[in-house]
Amino acid sequence: MKKTQRNNTTNQSRRKFIVGSAAAAAGGGLALGFNLPFGVEPAAAQGVAAGNTEVNAWVVVKPDDTCVIRIARAEMGQGTHTGLAQLVCEELECDWKKVEIQPITPGQNLARKRVWRDMATGGSRGIRGSQDYVRQGGAAARMMLLQAAANEWKVPVGELTVANGVITHAASGRSTSYGKVSAAAARLTPPDVKSIKLKDPRQWKVAGKPMKRLDTAPKVNGSQVYSIDLKLPEMLHAAIKACPVYGGTVKSYDESKIAARTGVGGVVQVDDKTVAVVANTWWRAKAALDALPIVWDEGPGSKQSSATIAAHLREGLTSASNVFADINDGNAPQAIAGAAKKVEAVYSTPFLSHACMEPMNCTVRITANKAEVWMPSQNAEASLAALSSASGLPLAQCEAYNHGLGGGFGRRGGTQDFVRQAVAIAQRYPGRPVKMVWSREEDQAHDFFRPISQCKLSAGLDPSGNLVGLHLRVSGQSINAWLAPHNIKDGKDVRQLQGFWKAPGDAQIGYTVPNLMTEYAMRNTHVPVGPWRGVNTNQNGLYLECFMDEVARAAGKDPLEFRRALMKNHPKHLGVLNAAAEKGNWGKPLPAGVHRGIAQFMGYGSYVAAVAEVSVSGKGEVKVHRMVLATNCGHAVNPATIAAQVEGSVAYGFDSLQNEMTIRNGRMVELNFDTYRPARLFQMPKVETVIVPTYDFWGGVGEPTICVTAPAVLNAIHAATGKPVRTLPIKHHGLTLV
Amino acid sequence: MRLNVNGQAYEAEVEPEMPLLWALREFIGLTGTKYGCGIAQCGACTVHLDGEAVRSCSMPVSAAAGKRVVTIEGLSRDSSHPVQKAWLELDVPQCGYCQSGQIMAAAALLAKNPRPTDKDIDEAMTNICRCGTYQRIRAAVHLAAGTGKGGGSIIHMAAAGAGVDSAVAAADQTSKA
Repeated sequence: MKKTQRNNTTNQSRRKFIVGSAAAAAGGGLALGFNLPFGVEPAAAQGVAAGNTEVNAWVVVKPDDTCVIRIARAEMGQGTHTGLAQLVCEELECDWKKVEIQPITPGQNLARKRVWRDMATGGSRGIRGSQDYVRQGGAAARMMLLQAAANEWKVPVGELTVANGVITHAASGRSTSYGKVSAAAARLTPPDVKSIKLKDPRQWKVAGKPMKRLDTAPKVNGSQVYSIDLKLPEMLHAAIKACPVYGGTVKSYDESKIAARTGVGGVVQVDDKTVAVVANTWWRAKAALDALPIVWDEGPGSKQSSATIAAHLREGLTSASNVFADINDGNAPQAIAGAAKKVEAVYSTPFLSHACMEPMNCTVRITANKAEVWMPSQNAEASLAALSSASGLPLAQCEAYNHGLGGGFGRRGGTQDFVRQAVAIAQRYPGRPVKMVWSREEDQAHDFFRPISQCKLSAGLDPSGNLVGLHLRVSGQSINAWLAPHNIKDGKDVRQLQGFWKAPGDAQIGYTVPNLMTEYAMRNTHVPVGPWRGVNTNQNGLYLECFMDEVARAAGKDPLEFRRALMKNHPKHLGVLNAAAEKGNWGKPLPAGVHRGIAQFMGYGSYVAAVAEVSVSGKGEVKVHRMVLATNCGHAVNPATIAAQVEGSVAYGFDSLQNEMTIRNGRMVELNFDTYRPARLFQMPKVETVIVPTYDFWGGVGEPTICVTAPAVLNAIHAATGKPVRTLPIKHHGLTLV
Repeated sequence: MRLNVNGQAYEAEVEPEMPLLWALREFIGLTGTKYGCGIAQCGACTVHLDGEAVRSCSMPVSAAAGKRVVTIEGLSRDSSHPVQKAWLELDVPQCGYCQSGQIMAAAALLAKNPRPTDKDIDEAMTNICRCGTYQRIRAAVHLAAGTGKGGGSIIHMAAAGAGVDSAVAAADQTSKA
């Protein structure tokens, strides 16, 4: 099975863009986000001179004391905008009530030689990946504002104090506010980064607190304009359909059959596999597209099914070819072979779709010398790069306007397929904006799915029930092989072993086993795959943590105690497991019929653990009553937002328990929410969030807790029924979440 | 076709089979009502038709003729409906895309059943939220109804500066969304 060529163009354009950006950054003055950019263009330089209140790239203080905080990362509901503003405000010492946030565009970022740095928002990096330079930006602005006041009063800056944006000189009884000195501050030379001392996070007053989100108001009255809601003069609307079989192409279509329909403007062949209908409203375009006869050349992919793919993966579980070991401590196969007791199991997880509530969409307008895109993107700079490469116009003649995303979950980051499609359509209508919207069916059919995998695990126990050997092999599809082959070093794609890594800091395995072997057998398919919120930690966490319960059971030990004995060298993993166990009342009595399950794992730099309380009826109805999830994310910038992400990750984890994307005749079967069933309110348990930050690292929040949700529930089901659930979704075992 | 939306009369030149959702979004220009699935499964398109919550993606616009349509934009003039106030109070939305539909479903529920039980909420609030805001949705419905169960998120936050082990012991209920 071979992937098609078209993704290579993505990677090439993205690489070029990164190289270009790096070259710009090397131009000087850009190592720090708060420096005024080196070599500003004349217009920008003039702006700085004339009554400008931009203290630095991150902070603008208006005369009325409003503090405008610039944000480069995308907001898709995860709360990063509010969290970053809290961090800047904390160092700036401004009044939180007077903070406004202002997203920047990638065109602005490029024009200022990437003064705001990376705009990519994925991998739970939104806060941890920018906390240092945004805090420095806030602190530098504070120092400049204080210096401006000191200059005006002709007193040493050390005699000034500031709180809530009010600067005071106690000795003379004078005070002023940020808004009054910001224009003078803007003309000062920024401080040397080495002179900036950031606060001890334990002294935070705004950061670290459950501040209300800054972006809620327009989301409760319908006034938030998502990209799909955009209205522009003269706008056209496009509905789109790609060959349902991956790798297939368009053979022909009969435009005459829809030409007479109301409002229909025409048919565009977008690329070799995709057709679009353009009309004066989207519903008319979609109805016409449904009526358009299209003949596909489905290609060899049409012979594939879930069964052929499962067999392909199963071969990888025992094959000696195209497999490598990442960790190989001691001799795990030998230790297991000679152990007093052996445990073995094969687990599997299916393809899953992202199913963002806002379907894929994108609006593009192209004129002779300008290309513009309006989109929901997790990486606005990648959108800009895709716009430039697809339109053939240089970056300087392109601009991208990012909207708040109606869900991202990894779907709207690197691929940017929607931008290239919208460009191809808009090129047929020069000067007119064209809004392309995918139907839900198209969205389900042409996702970059969570990759499918299987995992074979073997363990050996000594006569006392101690784990002497653990051998696990993942066989499945590689995200890098589809989207980023240059990330595979020497044929070894360690990304698929996320969460099993030996290296500390990001996704480290939390157990010490004397004989340990982890392997990956890459087995690719014709189905497009990509990062799905939590990426490979979800499947890998499930494999290891469900198997650990099986091994503990075989050893006759309590699942928590069994794990603890293996975690002495991993105090942070252990700490968070203990936190979940304590708040989850592990070992304490439960009502009749209710059982507990526990799991721990690491991802995105954070240590997480969960306890689930579950009952299973005679009819296989699984009720999750309560879940307690603990995270040590290093620093907790907004506990309320963290709790929201933890609660959301429970719902996302439930999706993985009850869904699958099935392949039949080479295409996806579950094309809408009647067959693909996202978790609903009635299934949601009471969720408690335990936050135990240790303040010595920065971990992510948006993703990590998903990977302990499913295994904690499955372990509770095992406790309730006495039977392990090794293949997902749970419906294959006669179980449903109620 | 004549439509009454948020108390205003509109004359829309639309095909009678066009779903009400698209007439609202593309002819009247009210985009707070969202497209999510087109088959009445997700509820992002929920509006009120003569006070009843309906899924406008699967209802032909002709079925709304002569009836009162209320969208999220018309629920209140200034986000002052008790449901909107509760949503603001508990910071319910994450991405926010489904929330117009969630709020309209909750408002219709409370209009009929001012003090719903958890079971009532389970049965009435079937809209999909991919961000998983369900715990806060449930709490906000209770808050709007004044049932005394509108607590929001449950957070145990360790005291600042506690070490790995002591952080666990110190983790302390603060419980505030």
